[in-house]
Amino acid sequence: MAEENLGNIHSFESCGTVDGPGIRFVVFTQGCPLRCKYCHNPDSWGVNINQKISVDEILKKYDGVKEFCKGGITVTGGEPLMQIDFVTALFKSAKERGIHTALDTSGVLFNRNNTSKIDELLKYTDLVLLDIKHIDNEEHKKLTGLPNVNILDFARYLSENGKPMWIRHVVVPTITFNSAYLKELGRFLKELKTIKALDVLPYHDMAIPKYENLGINYPLTGVPPLTKEEALEARSYILEGLKG
Amino acid sequence: MTETMVEKKIYPSTEFVLGKWQSEINVRDFIQRNYTLYEGDSSFLAGPTEATTKLWQECCDLFKKERENGGVVDMDTKIVSSITSHGAGYIDKSLETIVGLQTDAPLKRSMQPFGGIRMAEGACKSYGYEVDPEVSEIFTKYRKTHNQGVFDCYTPEMRKARHAAILTGLPDAYGRGRIIGDYRRIALYGIDRLIEDKKEQHASIDGEMNAEKIQLKEEIAEQIRALNEMAQLGEIYGFDIRKPARNAKEAIQWLYFGYLSAVKEQNGAAMSIGRTSTFLDIFIERDLKEGIITESEAQEMVDHFIMKLRLVKFARTPEYNALFSGDPTWVTESIGGVGVDGRPLVTKNSFRYLHTLENLGTAPEPNLTVLWSTKLPHNFKQYAAHISITTSSIQYENDDMMRVTHGDDYAIACCVSSMVVGKEMQFFGARANLAKCLLYAINGGVDERLKEQIGPQFRPITSEYLNYDEVMERFDSMMEWLAGLYVNTLNVIHYMHDKYCYERAQMALHDRDVKRYFATGIAGLSVVADSLSAIKYAKVKTIRDENGIVVDYEVEGDFPKYGNNDDRVDSLAVDLVKNFMNKIRKHHTYRNSIPTMSILTITSNVVYGKKTGNTPDGRKMGVPLAPGANPMHGRDMNGAASSLASVAKLPFHDAQDGISNTFSIIPNALGKDEVFMGDLAVSFDPGCCEASLN
Repeated sequence: MAEENLGNIHSFESCGTVDGPGIRFVVFTQGCPLRCKYCHNPDSWGVNINQKISVDEILKKYDGVKEFCKGGITVTGGEPLMQIDFVTALFKSAKERGIHTALDTSGVLFNRNNTSKIDELLKYTDLVLLDIKHIDNEEHKKLTGLPNVNILDFARYLSENGKPMWIRHVVVPTITFNSAYLKELGRFLKELKTIKALDVLPYHDMAIPKYENLGINYPLTGVPPLTKEEALEARSYILEGLKG
Repeated sequence: MTETMVEKKIYPSTEFVLGKWQSEINVRDFIQRNYTLYEGDSSFLAGPTEATTKLWQECCDLFKKERENGGVVDMDTKIVSSITSHGAGYIDKSLETIVGLQTDAPLKRSMQPFGGIRMAEGACKSYGYEVDPEVSEIFTKYRKTHNQGVFDCYTPEMRKARHAAILTGLPDAYGRGRIIGDYRRIALYGIDRLIEDKKEQHASIDGEMNAEKIQLKEEIAEQIRALNEMAQLGEIYGFDIRKPARNAKEAIQWLYFGYLSAVKEQNGAAMSIGRTSTFLDIFIERDLKEGIITESEAQEMVDHFIMKLRLVKFARTPEYNALFSGDPTWVTESIGGVGVDGRPLVTKNSFRYLHTLENLGTAPEPNLTVLWSTKLPHNFKQYAAHISITTSSIQYENDDMMRVTHGDDYAIACCVSSMVVGKEMQFFGARANLAKCLLYAINGGVDERLKEQIGPQFRPITSEYLNYDEVMERFDSMMEWLAGLYVNTLNVIHYMHDKYCYERAQMALHDRDVKRYFATGIAGLSVVADSLSAIKYAKVKTIRDENGIVVDYEVEGDFPKYGNNDDRVDSLAVDLVKNFMNKIRKHHTYRNSIPTMSILTITSNVVYGKKTGNTPDGRKMGVPLAPGANPMHGRDMNGAASSLASVAKLPFHDAQDGISNTFSIIPNALGKDEVFMGDLAVSFDPGCCEASLN
């Protein structure tokens, strides 16, 4: 008998309204290779075991709230692709039941030379929420600890394969709130054919108490949250790049 | 000065569509035959007129003065409030299109001692006023009050239960409220016709006179007296409301005089107004069609009417305000909903009512409640959502669910109690504290705070660790006791309220034979469910004081917690609700009222928590109970939908008076704002980006 495929799960949110279309059941996986300075879930970084849960158990939880969560299921993290086999199994079962599936990922683990696993996962994925942290590779490294090459390549790969995606981009004062970078991001997005939505996320500092609880220094101390007006301004730069 | 030669028409000439409503008192029939469904958007709405802005500013100045004065502007200490007790009062007569105040000056609080003279005295004293000694003497020596009647008949056991707060918030010293007069009747029929109808009812009570019939006959006589006084109230302000209203302005004014009569005589815990917007729209629509008024004038009248409802105030004590978290009047108005024939009951006036929140700014009162149905017109949904987002001042309730029970002419009293307008009422029953009941079960009826024998002296639990089966057995017996005591206490209260503080004005605007609900309530649902779950799935150790009374608990291990959509514990909550309701049902209820139950401490949970000792779920003494059917604070770990799913399992049939799950969400967690761009190909602003992504 094969070993049961269990997910290492951080937590659940049964009334997710911001991670994909509609009200969604959101699964947060444990573990992430990035260390984004603005991360609002630092408690999901480590790969330590949180709770081991099977696909069936998750779908059972979803069944209990499906009257509310008509949008479907979103898997986010952490970085879901760290547990790609598990997410694939979950989405496969979800699709068998006709549930809409969304994968929220940074794409940082993508490797074009070895796509068999990701191809299998994408077969059962209706929508990818692709989080591009920074368009500039050097800045990306400073912000997250890793380069953005795989991420941008993953975006192209999704486009080539006709996979619908939402582009998410967190705009942080002094880091990504920069017209040149934002326009460059826009120019990059112009190449992509399957973007369904652009989700400009204004940076907020509501995660500070989490950092304090975990005893981690908050890397963005002193950086003010981005206002809505600034978010609209940031969006206009991206659109300008798209237009150019 | 030259007058314009065009004489403006004041009264319309069109007749309404006739029907059953003419041969009998039947407002619903009038509405169904005459209202104009509006499916358009909000673009027709008019902003505030100059008079509205000025008048509202004067009200705001008064509110400011009230706050600066420490809570009241002025209090009446001499005149006992009745429908006709005061002369006319105005905010600014030259500006008001709808008139009438509770006393002779705005925000001056009326004195209403029929519920209890001590409450009236206490309310005055807390603001530095003193009730006229003569009034005190009359209501102590010569005129008995509701409160005195209740205490004459409370048994020692009832007093103890009240003192220990296992029964709490009982309306035994304040007005029970929760009765909605059908104020629309005055506008449609005029007082004379209503009196005629009531006289017929009075005459119909004949033959063998038993206590029930005598009571009803006397009440109807009181109702007729109230109707006559309402007509006098109209005269005080210069109106003849004996005849039906002839235009929109009169309709609003007539209706308001009915409501005003009610709040002049009753300082009720909830003084809701009913379901008036679509009814009034019929008059407004006719006036608009005939060119008698403009949209701006229509909105002005509605604004002024709503302003009056915002001015409703009562004299209350600080303890009362603590129990209800503030000084609420619960002037609930129910808007929208769908008719049994499938036509939405949305009119332009439904929009106008909501629009007052824009014209006058936001306010908690009146409590504008949208009866939500999936079948409401899209534009109305959009507008309501817009007003919700900008003002956070709309309550929503499920019309699709309530229509099944109540039809399409019900309204909400207080926050959730539904009743058919003019046909149903309820006896408000506050709450029994089931968390304390569980502690009594463990301690054999000894109160954990007072260390006194309050409940029956059943065998206490003596083991160190709690055994689930044993606790359940004792708890069941203790609930049996509590249910009986609770119902009988309420029987005393409502008997006395009818006798000494009867709502003659509101009941004059009801049918002869009303359906009465006996509205019990419970507090502490989630604490009890979690406690039972802890006892069942973890180990709960008792900690006793020197007399062996359990005063604290130690929970060893984890246990399923209510609010996570986990059947192991949710089923305990469901059984609890069913079980307690069935125990309530075993008892005789006053005036053959229909027992119902609510699980909705919206605010009082804080006070209840103070009076409840440590509980076996690990909650500490004094920590607030969760409001209503909410999970305990911080124990729902899977988001709102799971929490709602736990609550949704509770049987509505056994908690027909309402189940609440109150939660707040930071706006950003409610979805995307306009920064988000979905459906990119079409939503690009052409000015900024013509390139489509396709």
